[in-house]
Formats: sequence, structure tokens, C-alpha cells
Amino acid sequence: MTATDKPKAPGLLDGKLSPTRPLRASGNLFAFALDVLRALPKRPFQLREFLQQAWFVASVTIIPTALVAIPFGAVIALQLGSLTRQLGAQSFSGAASVLAVVREASPIVTALLIAGAGGSAICADLGSRKIRDEIDAMEVLGISPIQRLVVPRVLAAMLVSTLLNGLVSVVGVAGGYFFNVVLQGGTPGAYLASFSALAQIEDFWASEFKALVFGLIAGIVASYKGLNAGGGPKGVGDAVNQSVVITFLLLFAVNLVITAIYFQLVPPKGQ
Amino acid sequence: MGVAVEVSGLTKSFGSQNIWSDVTLTLPPGEISVLLGPSGTGKSVFLKSLVGLLKPEKGSIVISDTDIVRTSEHQLYEIRKLFGVLFQDGALFGSMTLYDNIAFPLREHTKKSESEIRSIVLEKMDMVGLQGAEGKLPGEISGGMRKRAGLARALVLDPEIILFDEPDSGLDPVRVAYLNQLIVDLNAQIDATFLIVTHDIGTARTVPDNLGLLFRRNLVMFGPREQLLTSQEPVVRQFLNGRREGPIGMSEEKDVAQVEAEMAALEARGGDSHNGVGPKGASGGDAVPPQLTPSEGLPERKAERRRQERVARMLHEFDPETQAAIRQSLPEDLLAKAESGAFEPTRAGGRHWAAEPDAHGTEGQTAGSTATAVLPRRGGEE
Repeated sequence: MTATDKPKAPGLLDGKLSPTRPLRASGNLFAFALDVLRALPKRPFQLREFLQQAWFVASVTIIPTALVAIPFGAVIALQLGSLTRQLGAQSFSGAASVLAVVREASPIVTALLIAGAGGSAICADLGSRKIRDEIDAMEVLGISPIQRLVVPRVLAAMLVSTLLNGLVSVVGVAGGYFFNVVLQGGTPGAYLASFSALAQIEDFWASEFKALVFGLIAGIVASYKGLNAGGGPKGVGDAVNQSVVITFLLLFAVNLVITAIYFQLVPPKGQ
Repeated sequence: MGVAVEVSGLTKSFGSQNIWSDVTLTLPPGEISVLLGPSGTGKSVFLKSLVGLLKPEKGSIVISDTDIVRTSEHQLYEIRKLFGVLFQDGALFGSMTLYDNIAFPLREHTKKSESEIRSIVLEKMDMVGLQGAEGKLPGEISGGMRKRAGLARALVLDPEIILFDEPDSGLDPVRVAYLNQLIVDLNAQIDATFLIVTHDIGTARTVPDNLGLLFRRNLVMFGPREQLLTSQEPVVRQFLNGRREGPIGMSEEKDVAQVEAEMAALEARGGDSHNGVGPKGASGGDAVPPQLTPSEGLPERKAERRRQERVARMLHEFDPETQAAIRQSLPEDLLAKAESGAFEPTRAGGRHWAAEPDAHGTEGQTAGSTATAVLPRRGGEE
């Protein structure tokens, strides 16, 4: 054995605290996202897997989303109800409530559930396949796991996310109506009439666009973390945990950026 | 005939941890090779490098003129169709039945009709003895069945190279014996190149044509089975005899003084042949047991004659013990030819050793590896 073959003593930090480490991690995630985008148009499209995954993601998210959306809409209605009364603008509580639910609450609730319920399920599924060598086996069989598994999952997350966003908007507004009219003594006519006073159709499209992007991010982060899980069952658990945390952080940051751009592009009504 | 796999100067590290370095070996086409090594010496990493799942930093792996260390992702997916890999636990897709698992590569890669697929799948399932288990899920069957199902899936695309990652792990000795026979039978039927990574000395002694041993981040030795089975190299002897006395320690290497003391004690007891039987099929001494032959009714292994010619050609390079063992395995005509010197001597580098630093720079580079990989047939006709 020559001198160069000697095992190197592990360094004190051994690259773990290197300043470039977070950069490398985010670079890898970004490269993975590009790989996924590149694999999107590749034939054959995995329709079956896509439908299965869409159904799967929908089935784990619909009920929790509806259950979260009702109190969320109610809280907004309660807050706005008392605020508008204090300001003497009770007739606008419906308008403000719609605005808040459609513009912000709905994509955020969708994002939380897509990441928390859908993303974690995708990550756990891919992670457990990874540690059972199924992913390696698939690659060895000459099949790209990105095209075969990740692309259908990301598309499914995007589809379900936009649909859920619609659901949250409806449930949230209905919840707001109930609390405002039934519990706070608002008038139904004023609530409904003021709907279109402040809100506009662009708000809804922007909200759907946000949901689409959130679905994309949640799908990609969950798949990335799942496919890079290692170290046995604990590794899968860690991957799921990290995927949810990373997705949350990214979603809120992206949400801020999209909202800022939206207000530049679409001026609020009445200006 | 299978494809040769030429590995040269391969080095792999994870971060600052070196797994192995400068691994050079050639898997001769159609032959069965076994790679041994203590746990944690990177045997599985080596297998994964061969199929391009991991990228070594240095060196090359050449398979039918493509260096898979440096080839494009697209090319890699094409090359991988030459491979069949049996992973440790079978790596079956948990959500599919055995039938769907085995049909999966056919459905993804070929345009065969469902009835053609059915006949191929049933044939392969029959080959590995899994008739009647088509509808079972991987979670419902035993480890041995999972392995055989994984093997059937690896076989459906008619691979040229088949890699086995510890085919014996988790199986009882009888099932291992059946699996070993199955491996030899398969080799006789499809004449593909086989590489088996294992700890099982019984398998290593009886199944392969070639043996290799990884230890201390290096390929200690790789060559015809007789070479390792008769080797006096302390690491090889310790491993093949499955004893504690020797350079391989429980976790890392031992210091030299301790090894010497242990070896002296072993000699005092009468050496390996009096040391009794070790675990995992390890037996005392350095006998070369007869190799497994295909079951009755199957054709002869085509690799057998190819290998005999190849080994006869490099006979003069080995130690006297190895030469004696090889002579016993050779048929009359080849033996006579080898003794009379009718064979051209193999060029340096043709020997299946780990690259020796001094030989490497001088004559080892002269494309000698082809001499062992693809042996010209002309020697036999003259």
C-alpha cells in the first residue's frame, strides 16, 4: 500500500460546518427541480401513475383541508366583523372577508395541507422505496425514477393543489358568511352585495396561480427529500420532517414574492 | 457470449473517507466471478459503481467500448439494459404482485403484447422455481422467494452481465446450495458474465471461475479460483479459512506484533488444516474443491473451455501450488500445449492481480488487459 492510500483521519468539521454546504444543498435541490422540468415533456407520459397519485394526494388532503378551512374562514370573519364595527364600516365586512380568504388564506391553507399531508405522504412513499433499493433497482432496469415516479407526483400535487384552493375559497367564504350573518348579526344582503366591491376576478386567478406554484414546490421538495433518504427507517423519518419544514419555509417566501409582484401588476380596485 | 467488464484504476470516496482505491480487474466474458471482502470494505459500493449508480472519482469501467464512469446519463440508461442486478433483498416493487414485478421491465422497454409478456414471465418464474406464486405481493413471501423473484426480474431482458449482491444473505445453507446450483445452471444456459459479491466461503470455493478479495481499501487479489484458494497471502488465507488469527481485525486493522503472535500460536496448533471448520462454509487448509457443474440435461458451460484456455495461457505466471491446482483442472490437450510452451506467454497486465505499483508504469499499460479478457481462439486449432 502506498502512502496516499492511507486512510485520512476525519477532520474536525469534516465538511459538516463548511460555509458552502447550504449552498450545495440548495444547488442540488434546484438541479433536481430542473431535471424534473426537463423530464416533464418526455414520452411516454405516465398517465396511470398520475391519476393514481392525484387520487392519493386528494384523498389524504380533502378532509383535513375542509376541516381547516371552516375555522380559518370563521376566524377571519370574527376578526374583520369586530374591526369593521369599530371602524363603522360593517357593510364592508363581507368584502374584506372575501378578499382575505381568496387572496391569502386560501392559498396558505392549501399550501400547508399540500406540504403537510400530501408532501409528507409522497416523501415517505419515495423514501421507503429508496431504502428498500427499489429506486436503484428501477434505475438499473433502465427506467428513470424522475420520469416514472417524480413527474406524475409533482403534476398530481399541482393539480390537487389548484382544486383544493377552490375548495378552501368556497368553504372559507361560506364559513365567514355563517359567522358574520348568524353569529355576529350582520345582514346577508350587505355581506353579499359588498362581495364585488373590493374583490375582483384577478384575485381568484392569482390565488389559483399561487396554489399551482405551491403544489409544484411541495411536490419537488418532497420527491427530492424522499429520493435522497438514507440510513434506514430513521432516514425516511428525517427526510419527511425536513421536507415539510423546507416546503413551509419556501412556500411562505414564495408567497411573499408572488403577492408583492401581484400588487404591482394588478392595482387594487378603486384606485 | 457475455460481455467483458474492464475496470482499471477505480477509486471511490465518500467525502474524505476513501472506500477503495486503484481497483483494477477484468471480468472475463461469460465467466462467474466472486468478489469477497470483510464487511464494510465497499463491495456493494463496487457493484453500484459497475451499474453507474455511484460515480467513482478516478479510473474507468469499460463495457462494450463505453466507459460508464464518464458517459452521458442517456448512454448510461442504454448500457444498463445489458445488466441484470439482484439486490440484497430482491428490491421488488412493494406495491406490485410478483407477476407485475417481473413483467415490469418488459412492459417499460419492449412493445411486446401481453400474451408474449405472459409467456416470458412464466418461463422465467419457472426457471427460478416460483410457479404458482404470480399473484403474491413481495410482503407476503419469504426472503428466499423474494431473492428468486428478484433474479427472475433481472433475467427477463436477457442481460449480458448479471450482478448478485450477497445472494446467500438471510438464506439457510440448503437454500444457498440450491441458489448456487441455479446460478451455475443459469450461466450454462445464457452464457452471461456473472459477478457475485458475498461473504459465503462455501459459495466462493465452489461456484466461481475467478475470485477476488477486497481489503483495506484495496483489491488484494483477483484471479482464477485456484490462485486464491491456494494463496499464501495472509489476508486471503485468513478470510478463506474464516479464522480470527490474521491481519483482519474485528473493526479495523490489527498491529503487526499482535498478528505475528497470533500466527505463531496458530502454527503451534498445527496450522489451518488442524484449525477445524470455520463459519460460513470456511474449511481448514487450502484445498481446491471441485467446481459446481450444471445440472444434468443442461448444456455444458461454454465459459468452461474459454476459461481453461485462458488459464493455461497464463499458467507459468503462478506460484507452484497454484500451477499444480490448475494443472489438475485442465484437459489433456490444453495441458500438453501449456507444458510444451505452445501458448504465447500472456503479456504483463493480463494477470488478474491488483495493479502492482512497479509493474504498472513499465509494461502494464500496453493494452495487456485484452489478453485475458478476449482470448483469441486460434490457440486451440493449431
